Amino acid sequence: MFVYADHAATTEMSPVAIEKMTDALKTVWGNPSSLHTVGQEAKVVLEKAREEIAAVLGAEPREITFTSGGSESDNQAILSAVALGAAKGKKHIVSTKFEHHAVLHTLQKLEKQGYEVTYLDVHQNGIVAAEDVAAAIRPDTALVTVMFANNEIGTIQPVREIGAVCRQAGVLFHTDAVQAVGHLPINVRDDNIDLLSLSAHKFHGPKGIGVLYARRGVRLSSLIEGGAQERGKRAGTENIPAIVGMAAALTEAAENMEANTAKVTAMREKLIRGLRGIPYAHLNGDRTRRVPGTVNFCFEGIEGESLLLLLDAKGISASSGSACTSGSLDPSHVLLALGLPHEVAHGSLRLSIDETNTDAEVDYMIRSVEEVVSYLRRMSPVWEDLENGKRKHFFAEYESEEK
Amino acid sequence: MLYSEKVMDHFQNPRNVGKMDDADGIGEVGNAKCGDIMKMYIKVSNGVITDVKFNTFGCGSAIASSSMATEMIKGKPIDEALQLTNKAVAEALDGLPPHKMHCSVLAEEAVRAAVKDYYDKNGIAYNPEDFRENSCAHCHE
Ligand SMILES: Cc1ncc(COP(=O)(O)O)c(C=O)c1O
Repeated sequence: MFVYADHAATTEMSPVAIEKMTDALKTVWGNPSSLHTVGQEAKVVLEKAREEIAAVLGAEPREITFTSGGSESDNQAILSAVALGAAKGKKHIVSTKFEHHAVLHTLQKLEKQGYEVTYLDVHQNGIVAAEDVAAAIRPDTALVTVMFANNEIGTIQPVREIGAVCRQAGVLFHTDAVQAVGHLPINVRDDNIDLLSLSAHKFHGPKGIGVLYARRGVRLSSLIEGGAQERGKRAGTENIPAIVGMAAALTEAAENMEANTAKVTAMREKLIRGLRGIPYAHLNGDRTRRVPGTVNFCFEGIEGESLLLLLDAKGISASSGSACTSGSLDPSHVLLALGLPHEVAHGSLRLSIDETNTDAEVDYMIRSVEEVVSYLRRMSPVWEDLENGKRKHFFAEYESEEK
Repeated sequence: MLYSEKVMDHFQNPRNVGKMDDADGIGEVGNAKCGDIMKMYIKVSNGVITDVKFNTFGCGSAIASSSMATEMIKGKPIDEALQLTNKAVAEALDGLPPHKMHCSVLAEEAVRAAVKDYYDKNGIAYNPEDFRENSCAHCHE
Protein backbone atom coordinates (compact mmCIF):
# COMPACT_ATOMS: atom_id res chain seq x y z
CA MET A 1 0.00 0.00 0.00
CA PHE A 2 1.25 3.48 -0.79
CA VAL A 3 0.26 6.16 1.73
CA TYR A 4 1.30 9.76 1.41
CA ALA A 5 1.12 11.19 4.93
CA ASP A 6 3.34 14.24 4.60
CA HIS A 7 0.85 16.89 3.55
CA ALA A 8 2.36 19.40 5.96
CA ALA A 9 5.53 19.24 3.83
CA THR A 10 3.71 19.60 0.55
CA THR A 11 0.62 18.40 -1.28
CA GLU A 12 -0.18 16.97 -4.66
CA MET A 13 -1.75 19.53 -6.97
CA SER A 14 -5.49 19.50 -7.37
CA PRO A 15 -6.62 18.41 -10.86
CA VAL A 16 -8.75 21.54 -11.11
CA ALA A 17 -5.74 23.74 -10.35
CA ILE A 18 -3.59 21.82 -12.85
CA GLU A 19 -6.20 22.31 -15.55
CA LYS A 20 -6.54 26.03 -14.92
CA MET A 21 -2.81 26.40 -14.68
CA THR A 22 -1.99 24.55 -17.88
CA ASP A 23 -4.70 26.48 -19.62
CA ALA A 24 -3.09 29.71 -18.43
CA LEU A 25 0.33 28.48 -19.58
CA LYS A 26 -1.06 28.03 -23.06
CA THR A 27 -3.24 31.08 -23.38
CA VAL A 28 -2.20 33.72 -20.84
CA TRP A 29 1.47 34.19 -21.65
CA GLY A 30 1.36 37.94 -22.05
CA ASN A 31 3.18 40.33 -19.75
CA PRO A 32 0.56 42.08 -17.60
CA SER A 33 2.69 45.23 -17.60
CA SER A 34 2.40 45.53 -21.39
CA LEU A 35 -0.11 48.02 -22.72
CA HIS A 36 -1.12 45.98 -25.75
CA THR A 37 -4.09 43.65 -25.81
CA VAL A 38 -2.10 40.45 -25.13
CA GLY A 39 -0.62 42.08 -22.03
CA GLN A 40 -3.87 43.56 -20.85
CA GLU A 41 -5.62 40.23 -21.17
CA ALA A 42 -3.00 38.77 -18.87
CA LYS A 43 -3.56 41.67 -16.49
CA VAL A 44 -7.25 40.85 -16.31
CA VAL A 45 -6.50 37.23 -15.41
CA LEU A 46 -3.98 38.35 -12.80
CA GLU A 47 -6.42 40.72 -11.14
CA LYS A 48 -9.20 38.16 -11.21
CA ALA A 49 -6.98 35.71 -9.32
CA ARG A 50 -6.14 38.44 -6.82
CA GLU A 51 -9.84 39.11 -6.25
CA GLU A 52 -10.57 35.43 -5.79
CA ILE A 53 -7.86 35.06 -3.15
CA ALA A 54 -8.85 38.28 -1.40
CA ALA A 55 -12.44 37.05 -1.20
CA VAL A 56 -11.41 33.82 0.52
CA LEU A 57 -9.39 35.71 3.11
CA GLY A 58 -11.92 38.47 3.65
CA ALA A 59 -9.42 41.00 2.31
CA GLU A 60 -9.44 43.63 -0.40
CA PRO A 61 -7.63 42.78 -3.64
CA ARG A 62 -5.15 45.62 -3.13
CA GLU A 63 -4.10 44.04 0.15
CA ILE A 64 -2.84 40.93 -1.65
CA THR A 65 0.78 40.83 -2.85
CA PHE A 66 2.03 37.83 -4.79
CA THR A 67 5.36 36.38 -3.67
CA SER A 68 7.40 33.26 -4.34
CA GLY A 69 5.92 31.47 -1.33
CA GLY A 70 5.74 31.25 2.43
CA SER A 71 9.39 31.98 3.07
CA GLU A 72 9.45 35.16 1.05
CA SER A 73 6.18 36.35 2.57
CA ASP A 74 7.52 35.78 6.07
CA ASN A 75 10.73 37.64 5.28
CA GLN A 76 8.95 40.56 3.68
CA ALA A 77 6.30 40.85 6.38
CA ILE A 78 8.86 40.98 9.18
CA LEU A 79 11.29 43.29 7.42
CA SER A 80 8.47 45.65 6.42
CA ALA A 81 7.11 45.87 9.97
CA VAL A 82 10.58 46.38 11.33
CA ALA A 83 11.26 49.20 8.86
CA LEU A 84 8.01 50.90 9.92
CA GLY A 85 8.95 50.49 13.57
CA ALA A 86 12.51 51.70 13.08
CA ALA A 87 11.17 54.98 11.72
CA LYS A 88 9.65 55.48 15.18
CA GLY A 89 12.66 54.18 17.06
CA LYS A 90 11.03 50.83 17.88
CA LYS A 91 13.44 47.92 17.88
CA HIS A 92 11.69 45.13 19.75
CA ILE A 93 9.85 42.13 18.32
CA VAL A 94 7.68 39.51 20.04
CA SER A 95 7.56 35.99 18.61
CA THR A 96 7.53 32.38 19.78
CA LYS A 97 10.10 29.66 20.21
CA PHE A 98 8.57 27.38 17.63
CA GLU A 99 8.13 29.49 14.52
CA HIS A 100 9.15 28.17 11.11
CA HIS A 101 12.78 28.87 10.20
CA ALA A 102 11.61 31.41 7.60
CA VAL A 103 10.56 33.52 10.59
CA LEU A 104 13.19 32.45 13.13
CA HIS A 105 16.18 32.97 10.86
CA THR A 106 14.88 36.38 9.80
CA LEU A 107 14.54 37.32 13.47
CA GLN A 108 18.01 36.01 14.26
CA LYS A 109 19.44 38.16 11.48
CA LEU A 110 17.68 41.19 12.96
CA GLU A 111 19.07 40.39 16.40
CA LYS A 112 22.56 40.62 14.93
CA GLN A 113 21.60 44.06 13.62
CA GLY A 114 20.67 45.27 17.09
CA TYR A 115 17.00 44.34 17.33
CA GLU A 116 15.72 42.65 20.44
CA VAL A 117 13.41 39.65 20.15
CA THR A 118 11.30 38.06 22.89
CA TYR A 119 10.64 34.41 22.08
CA LEU A 120 7.53 33.37 23.98
CA ASP A 121 7.14 29.99 25.56
CA VAL A 122 4.70 27.69 23.82
CA HIS A 123 3.98 25.60 26.91
CA GLN A 124 3.65 21.84 27.01
CA ASN A 125 0.58 21.87 24.76
CA GLY A 126 2.24 23.89 22.00
CA ILE A 127 -0.02 26.90 22.33
CA VAL A 128 1.13 30.40 23.15
CA ALA A 129 -1.10 32.37 25.52
CA ALA A 130 -2.50 35.73 24.39
CA GLU A 131 -1.81 37.03 27.91
CA ASP A 132 1.87 36.18 27.45
CA VAL A 133 1.87 38.26 24.28
CA ALA A 134 0.22 41.14 26.11
CA ALA A 135 2.80 40.94 28.88
CA ALA A 136 5.70 40.90 26.42
CA ILE A 137 4.65 43.98 24.45
CA ARG A 138 6.70 47.07 25.34
CA PRO A 139 6.51 50.69 24.24
CA ASP A 140 9.27 49.95 21.72
CA THR A 141 7.67 46.82 20.26
CA ALA A 142 7.44 47.10 16.49
CA LEU A 143 5.92 43.72 15.67
CA VAL A 144 4.32 40.61 17.06
CA THR A 145 4.74 37.56 14.82
CA VAL A 146 3.03 34.32 15.86
CA MET A 147 2.24 31.48 13.50
CA PHE A 148 -1.38 30.47 12.90
CA ALA A 149 -0.72 26.74 13.13
CA ASN A 150 2.53 24.99 13.81
CA ASN A 151 3.97 22.98 10.94
CA GLU A 152 5.41 20.13 13.01
CA ILE A 153 2.79 19.48 15.65
CA GLY A 154 -0.23 21.19 14.11
CA THR A 155 -1.37 23.19 17.15
CA ILE A 156 -3.53 26.23 16.45
CA GLN A 157 -2.65 29.52 18.12
CA PRO A 158 -5.23 31.95 19.53
CA VAL A 159 -4.67 34.32 16.63
CA ARG A 160 -7.79 36.41 17.05
CA GLU A 161 -7.03 37.06 20.74
CA ILE A 162 -3.39 37.84 19.99
CA GLY A 163 -4.51 40.16 17.20
CA ALA A 164 -6.84 41.95 19.60
CA VAL A 165 -4.03 42.38 22.10
CA CYS A 166 -1.85 43.89 19.36
CA ARG A 167 -4.58 46.21 18.11
CA GLN A 168 -5.10 47.52 21.60
CA ALA A 169 -1.37 48.11 22.06
CA GLY A 170 -1.00 49.64 18.60
CA VAL A 171 1.53 47.00 17.52
CA LEU A 172 1.58 45.34 14.10
CA PHE A 173 0.63 41.66 14.06
CA HIS A 174 1.96 39.18 11.51
CA THR A 175 0.92 35.55 11.32
CA ASP A 176 2.59 32.81 9.30
CA ALA A 177 -0.58 31.03 8.20
CA VAL A 178 1.13 28.68 5.76
CA GLN A 179 -0.20 25.58 7.57
CA ALA A 180 -3.63 27.07 8.18
CA VAL A 181 -4.83 28.64 4.94
CA GLY A 182 -7.06 26.26 3.02
CA HIS A 183 -7.51 24.11 6.14
CA LEU A 184 -8.98 26.46 8.74
CA PRO A 185 -11.48 29.28 8.37
CA ILE A 186 -9.59 32.57 8.33
CA ASN A 187 -10.87 36.08 7.97
CA VAL A 188 -8.18 38.71 8.23
CA ARG A 189 -10.60 41.35 9.50
CA ASP A 190 -12.33 39.24 12.15
CA ASP A 191 -9.02 37.73 13.18
CA ASN A 192 -7.34 41.13 13.68
CA ILE A 193 -4.47 40.30 11.34
CA ASP A 194 -2.24 43.03 9.85
CA LEU A 195 0.12 40.81 7.88
CA LEU A 196 -0.37 37.19 6.82
CA SER A 197 1.81 34.73 4.89
CA LEU A 198 0.46 31.85 2.85
CA SER A 199 1.92 29.34 0.43
CA ALA A 200 -0.01 27.61 -2.37
CA HIS A 201 1.68 24.21 -2.23
CA LYS A 202 0.23 23.46 1.21
CA PHE A 203 -3.32 23.42 -0.16
CA HIS A 204 -2.93 21.53 -3.44
CA GLY A 205 -1.65 24.54 -5.37
CA PRO A 206 1.70 24.85 -7.16
CA LYS A 207 5.05 25.36 -5.46
CA GLY A 208 7.00 28.61 -5.59
CA ILE A 209 4.00 30.89 -5.27
CA GLY A 210 2.42 32.53 -2.26
CA VAL A 211 0.79 35.63 -0.90
CA LEU A 212 1.63 38.30 1.57
CA TYR A 213 -1.53 39.94 2.84
CA ALA A 214 -0.88 43.43 4.22
CA ARG A 215 -3.76 45.38 5.70
CA ARG A 216 -4.42 48.64 3.90
CA GLY A 217 -2.23 51.26 5.50
CA VAL A 218 0.56 48.82 6.39
CA ARG A 219 3.32 49.85 4.04
CA LEU A 220 5.42 47.03 2.66
CA SER A 221 9.13 47.41 1.90
CA SER A 222 10.29 45.53 -1.15
CA LEU A 223 12.87 42.76 -0.87
CA ILE A 224 13.36 42.61 -4.63
CA GLU A 225 13.98 45.84 -6.48
CA GLY A 226 13.13 46.30 -10.13
CA GLY A 227 9.97 46.98 -12.04
CA ALA A 228 6.75 48.35 -10.64
CA GLN A 229 4.90 45.04 -10.39
CA GLU A 230 2.73 44.43 -7.33
CA ARG A 231 2.34 48.14 -6.72
CA GLY A 232 6.09 48.49 -6.53
CA LYS A 233 6.41 46.08 -3.62
CA ARG A 234 7.60 43.01 -5.46
CA ALA A 235 9.49 43.40 -8.71
CA GLY A 236 9.52 40.72 -11.40
CA THR A 237 7.11 39.70 -14.12
CA GLU A 238 4.25 37.88 -12.46
CA ASN A 239 4.02 34.08 -12.67
CA ILE A 240 0.46 34.14 -13.90
CA PRO A 241 -0.04 30.38 -14.41
CA ALA A 242 1.10 29.70 -10.85
CA ILE A 243 -1.06 32.52 -9.51
CA VAL A 244 -4.07 31.13 -11.38
CA GLY A 245 -3.32 27.65 -10.02
CA MET A 246 -3.07 29.03 -6.50
CA ALA A 247 -6.36 30.90 -6.76
CA ALA A 248 -8.13 27.82 -8.10
CA ALA A 249 -6.70 25.59 -5.37
CA LEU A 250 -7.60 28.05 -2.63
CA THR A 251 -11.14 28.54 -3.87
CA GLU A 252 -11.58 24.79 -4.06
CA ALA A 253 -10.15 24.29 -0.58
CA ALA A 254 -12.43 26.97 0.84
CA GLU A 255 -15.50 25.47 -0.82
CA ASN A 256 -14.74 22.00 0.50
CA MET A 257 -13.39 23.02 3.87
CA GLU A 258 -16.31 21.90 5.96
CA ALA A 259 -16.57 18.46 4.38
CA ASN A 260 -12.80 17.99 4.36
CA THR A 261 -12.47 19.00 8.00
CA ALA A 262 -15.12 16.51 9.07
CA LYS A 263 -13.55 13.68 7.10
CA VAL A 264 -9.94 14.43 8.02
CA THR A 265 -10.67 15.07 11.70
CA ALA A 266 -12.38 11.70 12.01
CA MET A 267 -9.39 9.96 10.43
CA ARG A 268 -6.97 11.92 12.61
CA GLU A 269 -8.84 10.91 15.75
CA LYS A 270 -8.65 7.29 14.73
CA LEU A 271 -4.95 7.65 14.01
CA ILE A 272 -4.33 9.24 17.41
CA ARG A 273 -6.32 6.56 19.20
CA GLY A 274 -4.45 3.83 17.35
CA LEU A 275 -0.98 5.23 17.92
CA ARG A 276 -1.70 5.88 21.57
CA GLY A 277 -2.14 2.15 21.95
CA ILE A 278 1.63 1.80 21.49
CA PRO A 279 3.34 1.79 24.90
CA TYR A 280 5.27 4.92 25.77
CA ALA A 281 3.95 6.80 22.78
CA HIS A 282 3.09 10.42 23.37
CA LEU A 283 1.00 12.78 21.27
CA ASN A 284 2.82 16.09 20.96
CA GLY A 285 0.77 19.24 21.22
CA ASP A 286 -2.74 19.95 22.41
CA ARG A 287 -5.15 17.06 22.11
CA THR A 288 -7.84 18.96 20.17
CA ARG A 289 -6.68 22.46 19.23
CA ARG A 290 -4.89 21.32 16.11
CA VAL A 291 -5.26 21.51 12.33
CA PRO A 292 -7.41 18.65 11.06
CA GLY A 293 -4.66 16.49 9.59
CA THR A 294 -1.44 16.81 11.58
CA VAL A 295 -0.41 14.26 14.18
CA ASN A 296 2.97 14.20 15.88
CA PHE A 297 4.10 11.45 18.23
CA CYS A 298 7.23 10.63 20.16
CA PHE A 299 8.09 7.00 20.77
CA GLU A 300 10.51 6.41 23.58
CA GLY A 301 13.61 4.34 22.92
CA ILE A 302 13.85 4.76 19.17
CA GLU A 303 15.23 7.28 16.71
CA GLY A 304 13.05 9.00 14.14
CA GLU A 305 15.11 8.66 10.99
CA SER A 306 15.24 4.88 11.13
CA LEU A 307 11.52 4.89 11.84
CA LEU A 308 10.91 7.04 8.75
CA LEU A 309 13.06 4.93 6.47
CA LEU A 310 11.37 1.70 7.54
CA LEU A 311 7.93 3.26 7.09
CA ASP A 312 9.02 4.44 3.66
CA ALA A 313 9.99 0.86 2.84
CA LYS A 314 6.39 -0.04 3.72
CA GLY A 315 5.13 2.64 1.34
CA ILE A 316 4.37 5.30 3.95
CA SER A 317 5.73 8.83 3.44
CA ALA A 318 6.09 10.59 6.78
CA SER A 319 8.43 13.03 8.49
CA SER A 320 10.37 13.35 11.74
CA GLY A 321 11.95 16.01 13.89
CA SER A 322 14.98 13.94 14.84
CA ALA A 323 18.44 15.48 14.50
CA CYS A 324 19.29 13.00 11.76
CA THR A 325 16.44 14.27 9.63
CA SER A 326 16.90 17.93 10.43
CA GLY A 327 20.44 17.79 9.08
CA SER A 328 21.70 19.41 12.27
CA LEU A 329 22.95 17.98 15.54
CA ASP A 330 19.88 18.90 17.51
CA PRO A 331 16.40 17.56 17.20
CA SER A 332 13.63 19.91 16.09
CA HIS A 333 13.42 23.24 17.91
CA VAL A 334 9.65 22.78 18.01
CA LEU A 335 9.84 19.61 20.08
CA LEU A 336 12.50 21.09 22.35
CA ALA A 337 10.25 24.15 22.83
CA LEU A 338 7.59 21.79 24.22
CA GLY A 339 10.06 20.86 26.93
CA LEU A 340 10.88 17.41 25.58
CA PRO A 341 14.38 16.17 26.34
CA HIS A 342 16.70 15.56 23.36
CA GLU A 343 16.57 11.77 23.58
CA VAL A 344 12.78 11.76 23.44
CA ALA A 345 12.59 14.39 20.69
CA HIS A 346 14.84 12.19 18.52
CA GLY A 347 12.05 9.62 18.44
CA SER A 348 9.41 11.77 16.80
CA LEU A 349 7.12 11.04 13.90
CA ARG A 350 4.84 13.44 12.05
CA LEU A 351 1.99 12.02 10.01
CA SER A 352 0.02 14.69 8.17
CA ILE A 353 -3.04 13.44 6.37
CA ASP A 354 -5.70 15.16 4.33
CA GLU A 355 -8.94 14.43 2.51
CA THR A 356 -7.14 12.38 -0.14
CA ASN A 357 -6.25 9.74 2.49
CA THR A 358 -8.61 6.91 3.40
CA ASP A 359 -9.72 5.00 6.46
CA ALA A 360 -7.96 1.89 5.20
CA GLU A 361 -4.75 3.90 4.94
CA VAL A 362 -5.14 5.03 8.53
CA ASP A 363 -5.48 1.39 9.63
CA TYR A 364 -2.41 0.47 7.61
CA MET A 365 -0.41 3.33 9.15
CA ILE A 366 -1.33 2.34 12.70
CA ARG A 367 -0.36 -1.28 12.04
CA SER A 368 2.88 -0.34 10.31
CA VAL A 369 4.00 2.13 12.95
CA GLU A 370 3.30 -0.44 15.65
CA GLU A 371 5.39 -3.02 13.81
CA VAL A 372 8.30 -0.72 13.07
CA VAL A 373 8.40 0.78 16.56
CA SER A 374 8.48 -2.60 18.22
CA TYR A 375 11.10 -3.87 15.75
CA LEU A 376 13.36 -0.89 16.42
CA ARG A 377 12.83 -1.18 20.16
CA ARG A 378 13.95 -4.79 20.07
CA MET A 379 17.34 -3.64 18.78
CA SER A 380 17.57 -0.49 20.89
CA PRO A 381 19.92 -0.41 23.89
CA VAL A 382 17.99 2.64 25.10
CA TRP A 383 14.74 0.67 25.15
CA GLU A 384 16.53 -2.16 26.95
CA ASP A 385 17.59 0.29 29.68
CA LEU A 386 14.08 1.70 29.88
CA GLU A 387 12.69 -1.79 30.28
CA ASN A 388 15.16 -2.89 32.96
CA GLY A 389 14.84 0.37 34.88
CA LYS A 390 18.33 1.74 34.21
CA ARG A 391 16.70 4.64 32.46
CA LYS A 392 13.54 6.40 33.49
CA HIS A 393 10.52 6.53 31.22
CA PHE A 394 9.87 10.14 30.40
CA PHE A 395 6.22 9.65 29.55
CA ALA A 396 5.32 7.56 32.55
CA GLU A 397 3.34 10.35 34.19
CA TYR A 398 1.90 11.56 30.89
CA GLU A 399 0.48 8.14 30.22
CA SER A 400 -1.28 7.89 33.54
CA GLU A 401 -2.55 11.44 33.21
CA GLU A 402 -3.95 11.04 29.76
CA LYS A 403 -5.37 7.56 29.49
CA MET B 1 18.91 9.06 -2.39
CA LEU B 2 20.49 9.88 0.94
CA TYR B 3 22.13 6.48 1.38
CA SER B 4 23.95 3.98 -0.81
CA GLU B 5 22.34 0.62 -1.58
CA LYS B 6 24.81 -1.03 0.78
CA VAL B 7 23.77 1.23 3.65
CA MET B 8 20.12 0.55 2.94
CA ASP B 9 20.77 -3.19 2.79
CA HIS B 10 22.58 -3.25 6.13
CA PHE B 11 19.97 -0.97 7.64
CA GLN B 12 17.01 -3.00 6.46
CA ASN B 13 18.62 -6.40 6.96
CA PRO B 14 21.09 -5.85 9.76
CA ARG B 15 23.58 -8.68 10.31
CA ASN B 16 24.36 -9.94 13.81
CA VAL B 17 21.66 -7.92 15.47
CA GLY B 18 20.64 -8.87 18.99
CA LYS B 19 21.94 -9.38 22.49
CA MET B 20 24.39 -11.97 23.78
CA ASP B 21 23.86 -13.45 27.25
CA ASP B 22 27.30 -15.01 27.61
CA ALA B 23 29.40 -12.24 26.06
CA ASP B 24 33.08 -12.00 26.97
CA GLY B 25 33.14 -8.28 26.32
CA ILE B 26 30.44 -5.61 26.02
CA GLY B 27 31.04 -2.11 24.74
CA GLU B 28 28.52 0.71 24.79
CA VAL B 29 29.28 4.05 23.18
CA GLY B 30 27.36 7.14 22.17
CA ASN B 31 24.76 9.17 23.90
CA ALA B 32 21.00 9.18 23.70
CA LYS B 33 21.01 12.94 23.76
CA CYS B 34 22.92 12.99 20.46
CA GLY B 35 20.55 10.41 19.06
CA ASP B 36 22.77 7.36 18.79
CA ILE B 37 23.96 4.61 21.11
CA MET B 38 25.67 1.41 20.05
CA LYS B 39 26.11 -1.62 22.20
CA MET B 40 28.41 -4.36 20.97
CA TYR B 41 28.85 -7.84 22.40
CA ILE B 42 31.82 -10.09 21.58
CA LYS B 43 32.63 -13.71 22.27
CA VAL B 44 36.36 -14.42 22.35
CA SER B 45 38.19 -17.71 22.10
CA ASN B 46 41.99 -18.05 21.82
CA GLY B 47 42.33 -14.38 20.96
CA VAL B 48 39.83 -14.64 18.14
CA ILE B 49 36.40 -12.93 18.03
CA THR B 50 34.22 -15.95 17.37
CA ASP B 51 30.89 -14.23 17.63
CA VAL B 52 29.60 -10.69 17.74
CA LYS B 53 26.20 -9.07 18.22
CA PHE B 54 24.98 -5.50 18.37
CA ASN B 55 22.04 -3.39 19.48
CA THR B 56 21.76 0.17 18.24
CA PHE B 57 19.55 3.15 18.93
CA GLY B 58 20.06 5.58 16.09
CA CYS B 59 19.49 6.58 12.52
CA GLY B 60 19.75 4.37 9.45
CA SER B 61 23.47 4.92 9.03
CA ALA B 62 24.14 4.13 12.70
CA ILE B 63 22.38 0.79 12.37
CA ALA B 64 24.11 0.07 9.04
CA SER B 65 27.53 1.01 10.45
CA SER B 66 27.07 -1.29 13.44
CA SER B 67 25.98 -4.11 11.20
CA MET B 68 28.92 -3.65 8.84
CA ALA B 69 31.43 -3.39 11.70
CA THR B 70 30.23 -6.68 13.19
CA GLU B 71 30.70 -8.40 9.84
CA MET B 72 34.19 -6.97 9.52
CA ILE B 73 35.42 -8.26 12.87
CA LYS B 74 33.61 -11.56 13.13
CA GLY B 75 36.10 -14.43 13.04
CA LYS B 76 39.07 -12.04 13.22
CA PRO B 77 41.86 -12.06 15.81
CA ILE B 78 41.44 -9.27 18.35
CA ASP B 79 44.58 -7.52 17.09
CA GLU B 80 43.09 -7.32 13.66
CA ALA B 81 39.69 -6.16 14.94
CA LEU B 82 41.44 -3.31 16.71
CA GLN B 83 42.81 -2.15 13.36
CA LEU B 84 39.28 -1.49 12.14
CA THR B 85 38.90 2.19 11.32
CA ASN B 86 35.78 4.23 10.83
CA LYS B 87 36.94 4.98 7.30
CA ALA B 88 37.07 1.28 6.51
CA VAL B 89 33.52 0.86 7.81
CA ALA B 90 32.29 3.82 5.76
CA GLU B 91 34.10 2.58 2.64
CA ALA B 92 32.67 -0.90 3.04
CA LEU B 93 29.24 0.74 3.04
CA ASP B 94 30.08 2.52 -0.24
CA GLY B 95 30.34 5.77 1.65
CA LEU B 96 28.23 7.75 4.11
CA PRO B 97 26.91 11.30 3.74
CA PRO B 98 29.39 13.75 5.36
CA HIS B 99 27.13 14.57 8.31
CA LYS B 100 26.74 10.86 9.02
CA MET B 101 30.44 10.00 9.25
CA HIS B 102 30.22 10.09 13.04
CA CYS B 103 28.11 6.94 12.84
CA SER B 104 31.10 5.03 11.49
CA VAL B 105 33.26 6.55 14.24
CA LEU B 106 30.78 5.21 16.74
CA ALA B 107 31.02 1.74 15.19
CA GLU B 108 34.81 1.75 15.44
CA GLU B 109 34.61 2.86 19.05
CA ALA B 110 31.98 0.27 19.93
CA VAL B 111 34.36 -2.46 18.78
CA ARG B 112 37.22 -0.99 20.83
CA ALA B 113 34.98 -0.57 23.87
CA ALA B 114 33.94 -4.23 23.68
CA VAL B 115 37.57 -5.34 23.41
CA LYS B 116 38.56 -3.09 26.31
CA ASP B 117 35.80 -4.63 28.42
CA TYR B 118 37.08 -8.08 27.52
CA TYR B 119 40.63 -7.06 28.51
CA ASP B 120 39.39 -5.56 31.78
CA LYS B 121 37.38 -8.63 32.68
CA ASN B 122 40.28 -10.95 31.97
CA GLY B 123 43.07 -8.89 33.51
CA ILE B 124 44.81 -8.40 30.18
CA ALA B 125 47.12 -5.39 30.16
CA TYR B 126 46.75 -2.68 27.49
CA ASN B 127 47.68 0.91 26.83
CA PRO B 128 44.69 3.08 27.92
CA GLU B 129 45.74 5.64 25.30
CA ASP B 130 44.59 3.20 22.64
CA PHE B 131 41.05 3.15 24.01
CA ARG B 132 40.06 6.73 24.29
CA GLU B 133 36.54 7.64 23.26
CA ASN B 134 35.72 10.82 21.44
CA SER B 135 32.68 10.01 19.38
CA CYS B 136 30.59 12.42 21.37
CA ALA B 137 32.81 15.31 20.41
CA HIS B 138 30.25 16.01 17.68
CA CYS B 139 27.56 16.47 20.23
CA HIS B 140 27.27 19.45 22.48
CA GLU B 141 26.28 18.36 25.94
C1 LIG C 1 4.75 27.30 8.80
C2 LIG C 1 5.51 27.45 7.52
N1 LIG C 1 6.02 28.63 7.18
C3 LIG C 1 6.71 28.81 6.04
C4 LIG C 1 6.91 27.78 5.16
C5 LIG C 1 7.70 28.02 3.92
O1 LIG C 1 6.88 28.05 2.79
P1 LIG C 1 7.50 27.92 1.33
O2 LIG C 1 7.98 26.53 1.19
O3 LIG C 1 6.38 28.23 0.40
O4 LIG C 1 8.61 28.92 1.22
C6 LIG C 1 6.40 26.50 5.47
C7 LIG C 1 6.60 25.35 4.58
O5 LIG C 1 7.57 24.63 4.64
C8 LIG C 1 5.69 26.34 6.69
O6 LIG C 1 5.19 25.15 7.03
